[in-house]
Amino acid sequence: MVLNDIKKAVRQNIRDYGMYIALVVIIGIFTITTHGLFISSRNIANLMNQTGYIAVLAVGMTLVIIIRHIDLSVGFLSGFLGAIAAIGMVQWHLPWYLSILVVFVLGTIAGIITAFLVAKLGIPSFVASLAGWLIYRGALLLVTLQTGTIIIPDDTFNAISNGYIPDIFPKLTIIPGVHKLTLLLGVFAIAFYVLGDISGRKKKQAYGFEVLPFDMYVVKLVFISIVLAAITWVLAGYNGLSWTLVVVLIVVMIYHFIMNRTVLGRHIYAVGGNPEAAELSGISVKKITYIVFGSMGLLSALSGILYASRLQSATTTAGSLFELDSIAAAYIGGVSAAGGVGKVANSLIGAIVYMSLTSGMNLMQTDISWQYIVRGAVLAIAVIFDVTTRKTKA
Amino acid sequence: MDTPILEMKNITKIFPGVKALSDVTFAVRQGEIHCLVGENGAGKSTLMKVLSGVYPHGEYTGEIIMEGRSQAFRHIADSEKVGIAIIYQELALVPDMTIFENIELGHEIAKHGLVELNESIKQATEMLKRVRLDVNPSTKVKELGVGKQQLVEIAKALSRHVKLLILDEPTASLNEDDCDNLLAILKDLQKEGVTSILISHKLKEVIRIADTVTVLRDGMTVVTLDAHKGEVSEAVLIKHMVGREIEDIYPKRSQAPGEDIVLEVSDWSAVQPSTGKKVLDGMNFKLRKGEIIGFAGLMGSGRTELARSLFGNPDNYKLAGKLTMKGKERKFSNPRAAIKAGLAYATEDRKGNGLVLIQDVKFNTTLANLGAVARRGVVDFNNEVKIANEYKDNLRIKTPSVDQLVGNLSGGNQQKVSVAKWLFAAPDILILDEPTRGIDVGAKFEIYTIMNALVAKGMSIIMISSELPEVLGMSDRIYTVSSGRITGELPVAEATQEKIMRLATS
Repeated sequence: MVLNDIKKAVRQNIRDYGMYIALVVIIGIFTITTHGLFISSRNIANLMNQTGYIAVLAVGMTLVIIIRHIDLSVGFLSGFLGAIAAIGMVQWHLPWYLSILVVFVLGTIAGIITAFLVAKLGIPSFVASLAGWLIYRGALLLVTLQTGTIIIPDDTFNAISNGYIPDIFPKLTIIPGVHKLTLLLGVFAIAFYVLGDISGRKKKQAYGFEVLPFDMYVVKLVFISIVLAAITWVLAGYNGLSWTLVVVLIVVMIYHFIMNRTVLGRHIYAVGGNPEAAELSGISVKKITYIVFGSMGLLSALSGILYASRLQSATTTAGSLFELDSIAAAYIGGVSAAGGVGKVANSLIGAIVYMSLTSGMNLMQTDISWQYIVRGAVLAIAVIFDVTTRKTKA
Repeated sequence: MDTPILEMKNITKIFPGVKALSDVTFAVRQGEIHCLVGENGAGKSTLMKVLSGVYPHGEYTGEIIMEGRSQAFRHIADSEKVGIAIIYQELALVPDMTIFENIELGHEIAKHGLVELNESIKQATEMLKRVRLDVNPSTKVKELGVGKQQLVEIAKALSRHVKLLILDEPTASLNEDDCDNLLAILKDLQKEGVTSILISHKLKEVIRIADTVTVLRDGMTVVTLDAHKGEVSEAVLIKHMVGREIEDIYPKRSQAPGEDIVLEVSDWSAVQPSTGKKVLDGMNFKLRKGEIIGFAGLMGSGRTELARSLFGNPDNYKLAGKLTMKGKERKFSNPRAAIKAGLAYATEDRKGNGLVLIQDVKFNTTLANLGAVARRGVVDFNNEVKIANEYKDNLRIKTPSVDQLVGNLSGGNQQKVSVAKWLFAAPDILILDEPTRGIDVGAKFEIYTIMNALVAKGMSIIMISSELPEVLGMSDRIYTVSSGRITGELPVAEATQEKIMRLATS
C-alpha cells in the first residue's frame, strides 16, 4: 500500500527527482569502476572542494537564466578578482578579510555594470557579457603581467578551500577516526529538518490544507533523514566538513530561501515568466535585472576567492571555462532557457553531477578527450530528459 | 449540399483528470458555413485540435471521416494534405517576412532549391485577390493591421487548396468593418466551394452567416440547428450554451454613482518618442466614485494607449496635461507608483502581458500586492493559499486548485484570475481593457456581476470595450474615442449604438 503510494509519488515528481536519481547512478557506477575509491571519504571531501567554485557560479547563473539572460563574463571575472584578492594581500598588505571585502565590492560593481548595459541600454546580455569576458580576460593578464603567478602566503585565506572545520572533541576516543563536530552538525541538521517539517505540516493542517497521508509522510521523513545521515557519515570519515562546503551550503541556503520564500524571489520568477506582465504588476524589471546581475558579480568574486584559495595562488589562466561549466551545471539542474523556471538547489546538484564526472573519470584515468565527450553527452541527456518530462506534464 | 465533407463520430478525448470531449458527434456538409459555439471550456478548441491532428490519432477515441475516407492524422501536416486548414486566434505569421513569403512558407515555389520569385509573387497576388486584399505582396506582414493579417492567413490556407477552412474566433480582435469584410469573404469562398467551420462567441455574427450551428457544452454535443429552417436565434443559442435562460445579460445596479470626483484628466496628450506620432491629443474626462465609465472606440483609436499612459506610462510616451486623483495632482513614473496610488489596470492581452502563464493561480493572484502576504519580505505561503482560495470562491474561478498553472485554465477563468489579481491590490480605480474579450456568455455575466459588486462598494471603473452592447449595458457614462481624441460624452440614457458608432468614427 505504502509502496504503491511511493511509486505513484515518484512517477508524478520524476522531474524533480530525476537529477537525484542520476547522481546516485553516477556515484554507483564510479564506485564500482574505481573499486570503492570514488565513494571514499577522502575523495568525496576533495570533490566537494573542487565543486565549490563552480557551484556558487551555477547558483548565480540560475537566477540570470531565470530572468532570460546569460552572463559569459563570470569566468574571467572570477579569475581576475581572485588575482586582485592575491594582490591585495601580497602587494597592498591588506589582511585577508579586507582583501575579500574589496573583491566582493568590485564583483558586485562589475555585475551592476553588465546590468546597466542590459537593462538601461538594452544590449543583449550575450553580447554585453561577451565584452566583459574579453575585458576581464585582458585585465587578468594585465595584473599578472609582471609577476606571473602570484603565490598567496596567507594561511587563513588558503584554508578556505583547503581547510576543514576544527573538531571540538579531538581527544574523544569513542569513534576513532571520525570527525565529531561534523557528526554533531549532521545530527543537528537532521533534527532541524525533521522538527521544521513537522511544524510546517501542523501549520498547513491548522489552515485545513491537504497534506501527505501520515504513512507516506513518515516514509519521506525517514528517507531524507537516512540520506542526510549517510552524507554526514561519509564526510565525517575524513577531515570532516570543509570550509568550502560550509560556504557553498550557506550560499545555497540563502539563495534557496530568497527564491522560494521572499517577495524578491517571487518577483524574479515573475520577471522570468512574463516580463511585461511583471512590469504592469508594479514590479520593476530593471531593478530585478540589476539585483540579479549584481548578485552574479558578487558570486563571481566568491568563486574567484575559492579558486585562488584552492590553488593558494593567482594564475594567469584562472577562471577559464568556468562560465560554461556553471551554465552546464545550471542546465543539468533543470533551468529553462525560456525563462521563469529553475531551482538553485537543483543547480547545486547539477554542479555536483558535473564535477563528479570529472572526478570519477580522473580516478579511472580516463583520457581527457573522452572526459569532454562524456560530459557533453550527460549535459545533452539531462536537457533531453528535462524537455521530454516537461512535455508530458503540460 | 447534403453530402457530408466531414464526419466526426463518437470522439472522446481525456486529459489527466478531465474528460474534455465525451462522445462528440459532429458532421459538416459540403459547401456550408458551419458555426461551432459554446462556453469557454466547452471543448470547441479541443475538438478542432483533434480534427487538425494536433492531438494525434490514438490520443482520442472515435472516428474522423473526411470525404468518405476514415482518417488517422498523426500531425498537422497530415490534415493539411487532405485539405483541412485551421486558423487560430493567435496568428501564425512571421512578422518580419513579406506577405508572399508568408503565404508560401513551407511550400515554397522553387526549382532545384531556388525560389521562383516572380512566380511566387504572381500566385500570392491571386490569393490576395480572392480575399479582397489590395496590398503589395512584398509588404512586410508586421506593417499590416490585425484584420489584414488575418486575411493573409486565409490567403495562405487558400494557396494550399483548402477544402475545409477552420477559423478559431477570427473576429475576436477585429473592429466592425474588418469583421464585416471577413464574413463577406467567407461567403465568397463558400460560392467557390470552400466549406468553413467558424468558432465564435459573437452570436450576432453567427446568426448572420451560419447555415448550420452546433452547440457544445461540457464536452458534449447539445444540439445541431439548421439556420435555414429558422431554428437559430440568440435566445435559443444562449439557452443551449449555458443550459439555462439568461433573461438579461447585463445585471442591474441598484445604486447610482456618487458625487465625489476620484479622477480627473485634463488636456492629456501623449507623443510616442521613437516616431514622434501624437497618440493622444488633448483628452478631458472625469470619473466619479462608484461609477463605471465606458470608453468606446475602434481598435487603434488610442483607448489602450490612454490606459497605459495613465497607469505609470510603461511605454515612455512624452506626456502633457494634468492627472488629478482624489483632489491631488499626480505624476506616475512607473506602474508601481500608479498601483500605490490606488490605480489598477487589467490589460486587454491577458496571455501576452496580463498573467504569468507558467505560474499557478495563487502566484498570479498575489503578484501585484505580494507585500500584503509577506512579513519582512518573506512570503507567508499558508496565508497566500488561503487568500487565493477566497478569491477563487468569490469570483467562481473554475480550477481544480489554486496550484493549477494559469496557462491550463480557459480564457474566461484566466480573465477572472486577472481580475482577482487587481482586486487583491485593493485599488480605488480599476481600468478594465476589453474585460470580456473571447470569453463566453456565462463568464461574461459573472464578470459583469463582479463589476457591479465592486462599484457598489465604492470602487470606480473605467471600462474599455469594442463591444457596443456591453458599453451600453454596463456604463453610467460613455466617452467615445477616435484617433487619440475624445469625440463625445454621452450619459447612458441618451446613448444608442448608432450615436456611439458615429462619434467613434468621426
